[in-house]
Amino acid sequence: MSIQTDSNSSYTAPGIDGMVEDWSADKQAFDVPWGKLMMWIFLLSDTFIFSIFLTGYMNVRLSQTDNWPNPSEVFALEIAGHHMPLILIAIMTFVLITSSGTMAMAVNFAYNRDRRRTVILMAATALLGASFVGMQAFEWSKLISEGVRPWENPFGAAQFGSTFFMITGFHGMHVTAGVIYLTVIARRVARGYYEDKGYAIVEITGLYWHFVDLVWVFIFAFFYLW
Amino acid sequence: MSETAGQQHPIGIYLKIWLLLFVLSTFSYLVDFFHVQGYLRWTLILIFMFLKAGLIVAIFMHVAWERLALKYVLFVPLSAIAVLIALMAIEGDYTFFTREIFFDP
Repeated sequence: MSIQTDSNSSYTAPGIDGMVEDWSADKQAFDVPWGKLMMWIFLLSDTFIFSIFLTGYMNVRLSQTDNWPNPSEVFALEIAGHHMPLILIAIMTFVLITSSGTMAMAVNFAYNRDRRRTVILMAATALLGASFVGMQAFEWSKLISEGVRPWENPFGAAQFGSTFFMITGFHGMHVTAGVIYLTVIARRVARGYYEDKGYAIVEITGLYWHFVDLVWVFIFAFFYLW
Repeated sequence: MSETAGQQHPIGIYLKIWLLLFVLSTFSYLVDFFHVQGYLRWTLILIFMFLKAGLIVAIFMHVAWERLALKYVLFVPLSAIAVLIALMAIEGDYTFFTREIFFDP
Protein backbone atom coordinates (compact mmCIF):
# COMPACT_ATOMS: atom_id res chain seq x y z
CA MET A 1 0.00 0.00 0.00
CA SER A 2 2.73 2.40 0.94
CA ILE A 3 4.45 4.07 -1.96
CA GLN A 4 6.67 6.10 0.32
CA THR A 5 10.00 6.78 -1.34
CA ASP A 6 12.72 7.33 1.19
CA SER A 7 15.73 9.36 0.18
CA ASN A 8 17.56 7.87 3.12
CA SER A 9 17.84 4.12 2.74
CA SER A 10 19.19 3.48 6.25
CA TYR A 11 15.66 3.44 7.70
CA THR A 12 14.63 0.08 6.29
CA ALA A 13 14.93 -2.55 9.06
CA PRO A 14 11.43 -3.46 10.24
CA GLY A 15 9.96 -3.89 13.74
CA ILE A 16 11.77 -3.77 17.07
CA ASP A 17 15.16 -4.44 15.46
CA GLY A 18 14.60 -1.43 13.22
CA MET A 19 13.71 0.73 16.19
CA VAL A 20 16.86 -0.32 18.05
CA GLU A 21 18.89 0.44 14.94
CA ASP A 22 17.22 3.85 14.47
CA TRP A 23 18.11 4.78 18.05
CA SER A 24 21.61 3.30 18.24
CA ALA A 25 23.06 4.05 14.80
CA ASP A 26 24.94 7.24 14.05
CA LYS A 27 21.98 9.09 12.54
CA GLN A 28 18.86 10.99 13.63
CA ALA A 29 16.47 8.73 15.52
CA PHE A 30 13.29 9.64 13.63
CA ASP A 31 12.92 9.34 9.88
CA VAL A 32 10.67 12.41 9.53
CA PRO A 33 11.28 16.13 8.89
CA TRP A 34 12.02 17.97 12.14
CA GLY A 35 8.90 20.11 11.80
CA LYS A 36 6.73 17.02 11.65
CA LEU A 37 8.39 15.51 14.73
CA MET A 38 7.87 18.79 16.63
CA MET A 39 4.18 18.84 15.61
CA TRP A 40 3.81 15.25 16.84
CA ILE A 41 5.39 16.12 20.20
CA PHE A 42 3.13 19.16 20.51
CA LEU A 43 0.11 16.98 19.71
CA LEU A 44 1.22 14.47 22.34
CA SER A 45 1.29 17.25 24.95
CA ASP A 46 -2.11 18.45 23.73
CA THR A 47 -3.41 14.89 24.10
CA PHE A 48 -2.45 15.10 27.76
CA ILE A 49 -4.28 18.41 28.18
CA PHE A 50 -7.53 17.10 26.71
CA SER A 51 -7.17 13.79 28.57
CA ILE A 52 -6.85 15.67 31.83
CA PHE A 53 -9.95 17.75 31.02
CA LEU A 54 -11.97 14.65 30.18
CA THR A 55 -10.67 12.79 33.24
CA GLY A 56 -11.62 15.80 35.40
CA TYR A 57 -15.07 15.69 33.82
CA MET A 58 -15.34 11.96 34.58
CA ASN A 59 -14.32 12.59 38.18
CA VAL A 60 -16.88 15.35 38.89
CA ARG A 61 -19.63 13.45 37.07
CA LEU A 62 -18.95 10.30 39.11
CA SER A 63 -18.84 12.14 42.42
CA GLN A 64 -21.83 14.53 42.09
CA THR A 65 -25.01 13.51 43.94
CA ASP A 66 -27.42 15.68 41.89
CA ASN A 67 -29.03 14.54 38.62
CA TRP A 68 -26.77 14.85 35.57
CA PRO A 69 -28.66 16.70 32.77
CA ASN A 70 -29.54 14.48 29.79
CA PRO A 71 -27.35 15.82 26.93
CA SER A 72 -29.70 14.24 24.40
CA GLU A 73 -32.46 16.63 25.53
CA VAL A 74 -30.29 19.64 26.42
CA PHE A 75 -28.87 19.73 22.88
CA ALA A 76 -32.14 18.90 21.08
CA LEU A 77 -33.56 21.25 18.47
CA GLU A 78 -37.01 21.79 16.94
CA ILE A 79 -36.60 21.59 13.17
CA ALA A 80 -39.72 22.11 11.02
CA GLY A 81 -41.91 20.95 13.89
CA HIS A 82 -39.85 17.82 14.52
CA HIS A 83 -38.10 17.27 17.84
CA MET A 84 -34.55 16.17 16.94
CA PRO A 85 -32.34 15.02 19.84
CA LEU A 86 -28.67 16.01 19.62
CA ILE A 87 -29.08 17.00 15.95
CA LEU A 88 -26.79 20.05 15.97
CA ILE A 89 -23.97 18.02 17.53
CA ALA A 90 -24.41 15.33 14.87
CA ILE A 91 -24.21 17.93 12.10
CA MET A 92 -21.09 19.43 13.71
CA THR A 93 -19.53 15.95 13.81
CA PHE A 94 -20.21 15.37 10.12
CA VAL A 95 -18.84 18.81 9.21
CA LEU A 96 -15.61 18.15 11.10
CA ILE A 97 -15.17 14.67 9.55
CA THR A 98 -15.73 16.13 6.09
CA SER A 99 -13.09 18.78 6.79
CA SER A 100 -10.68 15.99 7.78
CA GLY A 101 -11.35 14.25 4.47
CA THR A 102 -10.66 17.38 2.42
CA MET A 103 -7.48 17.97 4.43
CA ALA A 104 -6.20 14.44 3.81
CA MET A 105 -6.66 14.96 0.07
CA ALA A 106 -4.98 18.38 0.23
CA VAL A 107 -1.86 16.67 1.64
CA ASN A 108 -1.88 14.25 -1.28
CA PHE A 109 -2.19 16.99 -3.92
CA ALA A 110 0.51 19.05 -2.19
CA TYR A 111 3.07 16.24 -2.51
CA ASN A 112 2.06 15.90 -6.17
CA ARG A 113 2.78 19.64 -6.50
CA ASP A 114 -0.76 20.36 -7.64
CA ARG A 115 -0.90 23.79 -6.00
CA ARG A 116 -4.33 24.80 -7.29
CA ARG A 117 -6.14 21.74 -5.90
CA THR A 118 -4.15 21.95 -2.64
CA VAL A 119 -5.23 25.54 -2.06
CA ILE A 120 -8.87 24.82 -2.96
CA LEU A 121 -9.03 21.82 -0.59
CA MET A 122 -7.27 23.68 2.23
CA ALA A 123 -9.66 26.60 1.80
CA ALA A 124 -12.59 24.17 1.89
CA THR A 125 -11.16 22.67 5.10
CA ALA A 126 -10.83 26.11 6.68
CA LEU A 127 -14.36 27.02 5.61
CA LEU A 128 -15.81 23.84 7.12
CA GLY A 129 -13.82 24.53 10.30
CA ALA A 130 -15.18 28.08 10.45
CA SER A 131 -18.75 26.80 10.04
CA PHE A 132 -18.09 24.35 12.90
CA VAL A 133 -17.05 27.26 15.13
CA GLY A 134 -20.16 29.16 13.98
CA MET A 135 -22.44 26.28 14.99
CA GLN A 136 -20.63 26.05 18.32
CA ALA A 137 -21.23 29.77 18.90
CA PHE A 138 -24.93 29.15 18.18
CA GLU A 139 -24.96 26.24 20.63
CA TRP A 140 -23.26 28.30 23.35
CA SER A 141 -25.68 31.24 22.85
CA LYS A 142 -28.68 28.88 23.05
CA LEU A 143 -27.43 27.30 26.30
CA ILE A 144 -26.49 30.64 27.85
CA SER A 145 -29.95 32.06 27.01
CA GLU A 146 -31.48 29.01 28.71
CA GLY A 147 -29.59 29.89 31.89
CA VAL A 148 -26.64 27.48 31.71
CA ARG A 149 -23.66 28.98 33.55
CA PRO A 150 -20.32 27.50 34.66
CA TRP A 151 -21.64 27.53 38.25
CA GLU A 152 -25.33 26.56 37.77
CA ASN A 153 -27.93 25.42 35.26
CA PRO A 154 -31.67 24.77 35.31
CA PHE A 155 -31.35 21.09 34.29
CA GLY A 156 -29.47 19.52 37.21
CA ALA A 157 -25.90 19.13 38.42
CA ALA A 158 -23.95 22.41 38.41
CA GLN A 159 -20.83 20.57 37.22
CA PHE A 160 -22.48 20.13 33.81
CA GLY A 161 -22.02 23.80 32.92
CA SER A 162 -18.43 24.11 34.13
CA THR A 163 -17.19 21.02 32.29
CA PHE A 164 -19.22 21.88 29.16
CA PHE A 165 -17.81 25.39 28.79
CA MET A 166 -14.27 24.32 29.65
CA ILE A 167 -14.03 21.30 27.34
CA THR A 168 -15.97 22.55 24.31
CA GLY A 169 -14.47 26.01 24.74
CA PHE A 170 -10.94 24.67 24.67
CA HIS A 171 -11.75 22.52 21.65
CA GLY A 172 -13.41 25.43 19.86
CA MET A 173 -10.29 27.50 20.50
CA HIS A 174 -8.23 24.77 18.84
CA VAL A 175 -10.54 24.75 15.81
CA THR A 176 -10.30 28.54 15.55
CA ALA A 177 -6.50 28.40 15.73
CA GLY A 178 -6.56 25.65 13.09
CA VAL A 179 -8.64 27.78 10.72
CA ILE A 180 -6.12 30.61 11.05
CA TYR A 181 -3.18 28.18 10.62
CA LEU A 182 -4.78 26.65 7.50
CA THR A 183 -5.48 30.07 6.00
CA VAL A 184 -1.89 31.22 6.50
CA ILE A 185 -0.38 28.06 5.01
CA ALA A 186 -2.88 27.92 2.10
CA ARG A 187 -2.01 31.52 1.22
CA ARG A 188 1.70 30.67 1.19
CA VAL A 189 1.09 27.57 -0.96
CA ALA A 190 -0.86 29.72 -3.41
CA ARG A 191 2.09 32.12 -3.67
CA GLY A 192 4.54 29.31 -4.36
CA TYR A 193 6.45 29.87 -1.12
CA TYR A 194 7.11 26.12 -0.71
CA GLU A 195 8.24 25.31 -4.26
CA ASP A 196 11.88 25.02 -3.10
CA LYS A 197 11.31 23.96 0.50
CA GLY A 198 9.01 21.04 -0.28
CA TYR A 199 5.44 20.43 0.86
CA ALA A 200 5.92 18.61 4.19
CA ILE A 201 4.33 21.71 5.77
CA VAL A 202 0.92 20.74 4.35
CA GLU A 203 1.19 17.30 5.96
CA ILE A 204 2.19 18.95 9.27
CA THR A 205 -0.79 21.32 9.09
CA GLY A 206 -2.92 18.27 8.30
CA LEU A 207 -1.66 16.50 11.44
CA TYR A 208 -2.89 19.40 13.58
CA TRP A 209 -6.26 19.46 11.81
CA HIS A 210 -6.83 15.70 12.11
CA PHE A 211 -5.93 15.95 15.79
CA VAL A 212 -8.70 18.53 16.31
CA ASP A 213 -11.10 16.07 14.65
CA LEU A 214 -9.72 13.26 16.81
CA VAL A 215 -10.36 15.19 20.04
CA TRP A 216 -13.94 15.85 18.89
CA VAL A 217 -14.49 12.08 18.51
CA PHE A 218 -13.70 11.67 22.21
CA ILE A 219 -15.73 14.72 23.31
CA PHE A 220 -18.70 13.52 21.23
CA ALA A 221 -18.56 10.07 22.83
CA PHE A 222 -17.91 11.05 26.44
CA PHE A 223 -19.70 14.36 26.83
CA TYR A 224 -22.62 14.24 24.39
CA LEU A 225 -23.45 10.53 24.14
CA TRP A 226 -22.49 9.04 27.52
CA MET B 1 15.16 17.42 4.74
CA SER B 2 13.45 18.98 1.73
CA GLU B 3 14.24 15.96 -0.44
CA THR B 4 12.14 13.63 1.72
CA ALA B 5 9.14 12.60 -0.34
CA GLY B 6 6.86 12.31 2.70
CA GLN B 7 3.68 10.32 3.01
CA GLN B 8 1.96 9.68 -0.31
CA HIS B 9 -0.96 7.32 -0.68
CA PRO B 10 -3.72 6.91 -3.27
CA ILE B 11 -6.69 9.28 -2.93
CA GLY B 12 -9.05 6.28 -2.95
CA ILE B 13 -8.01 5.16 0.53
CA TYR B 14 -8.86 8.59 1.98
CA LEU B 15 -12.30 8.54 0.37
CA LYS B 16 -12.98 5.04 1.73
CA ILE B 17 -11.94 6.06 5.26
CA TRP B 18 -14.01 9.22 4.97
CA LEU B 19 -17.08 7.14 4.07
CA LEU B 20 -16.34 4.72 6.89
CA LEU B 21 -16.09 7.60 9.39
CA PHE B 22 -19.46 8.90 8.17
CA VAL B 23 -21.06 5.50 8.67
CA LEU B 24 -19.53 5.06 12.13
CA SER B 25 -20.65 8.57 13.19
CA THR B 26 -24.16 7.79 12.00
CA PHE B 27 -24.12 4.58 14.07
CA SER B 28 -23.02 6.41 17.20
CA TYR B 29 -25.74 9.03 16.62
CA LEU B 30 -28.32 6.25 16.20
CA VAL B 31 -27.28 4.81 19.60
CA ASP B 32 -28.66 8.02 21.11
CA PHE B 33 -31.59 8.31 18.66
CA PHE B 34 -32.97 4.88 19.55
CA HIS B 35 -32.39 5.44 23.29
CA VAL B 36 -30.15 2.42 23.79
CA GLN B 37 -29.41 2.38 27.53
CA GLY B 38 -27.12 0.78 30.10
CA TYR B 39 -24.08 -1.35 29.38
CA LEU B 40 -25.04 -1.89 25.71
CA ARG B 41 -25.06 1.90 25.17
CA TRP B 42 -21.65 2.39 26.79
CA THR B 43 -20.14 -0.57 24.93
CA LEU B 44 -21.43 0.64 21.54
CA ILE B 45 -20.27 4.23 22.19
CA LEU B 46 -16.77 3.02 23.09
CA ILE B 47 -16.52 0.64 20.11
CA PHE B 48 -17.54 3.32 17.58
CA MET B 49 -15.29 5.89 19.30
CA PHE B 50 -12.18 3.69 19.22
CA LEU B 51 -12.85 2.61 15.61
CA LYS B 52 -13.16 6.25 14.50
CA ALA B 53 -10.12 7.36 16.50
CA GLY B 54 -8.10 4.43 15.15
CA LEU B 55 -8.97 5.20 11.54
CA ILE B 56 -8.13 8.89 11.91
CA VAL B 57 -4.79 8.21 13.60
CA ALA B 58 -3.75 5.26 11.40
CA ILE B 59 -4.80 6.51 7.96
CA PHE B 60 -5.42 10.28 8.01
CA MET B 61 -2.42 10.96 10.28
CA HIS B 62 -0.36 8.24 8.52
CA VAL B 63 0.77 6.56 11.74
CA ALA B 64 0.20 3.12 10.14
CA TRP B 65 3.11 3.84 7.77
CA GLU B 66 5.47 5.46 10.29
CA ARG B 67 8.56 3.81 11.79
CA LEU B 68 8.14 1.96 15.08
CA ALA B 69 10.46 4.50 16.77
CA LEU B 70 7.84 7.24 16.24
CA LYS B 71 4.88 4.99 17.12
CA TYR B 72 6.44 4.21 20.51
CA VAL B 73 7.01 7.91 21.23
CA LEU B 74 3.31 8.53 20.54
CA PHE B 75 1.72 5.58 22.32
CA VAL B 76 3.87 4.60 25.33
CA PRO B 77 3.24 7.93 27.18
CA LEU B 78 -0.51 7.32 26.91
CA SER B 79 -0.20 4.57 29.54
CA ALA B 80 0.25 7.39 32.09
CA ILE B 81 -3.21 8.65 31.09
CA ALA B 82 -4.67 5.17 31.57
CA VAL B 83 -3.26 5.15 35.12
CA LEU B 84 -4.72 8.63 35.79
CA ILE B 85 -8.16 7.55 34.54
CA ALA B 86 -8.11 4.45 36.76
CA LEU B 87 -7.06 6.45 39.84
CA MET B 88 -9.62 9.21 39.25
CA ALA B 89 -12.41 6.67 38.72
CA ILE B 90 -11.62 5.14 42.13
CA GLU B 91 -11.38 8.61 43.67
CA GLY B 92 -14.68 9.72 42.09
CA ASP B 93 -16.53 6.66 43.40
CA TYR B 94 -15.08 7.18 46.87
CA THR B 95 -16.12 10.87 46.92
CA PHE B 96 -19.61 9.88 45.76
CA PHE B 97 -20.07 7.39 48.58
CA THR B 98 -18.82 9.76 51.28
CA ARG B 99 -21.19 12.46 49.94
CA GLU B 100 -24.09 10.00 50.00
CA ILE B 101 -23.30 9.13 53.61
CA PHE B 102 -22.61 12.61 55.02
CA PHE B 103 -24.37 15.21 52.88
CA ASP B 104 -27.64 13.78 51.56
CA PRO B 105 -30.76 14.89 53.40
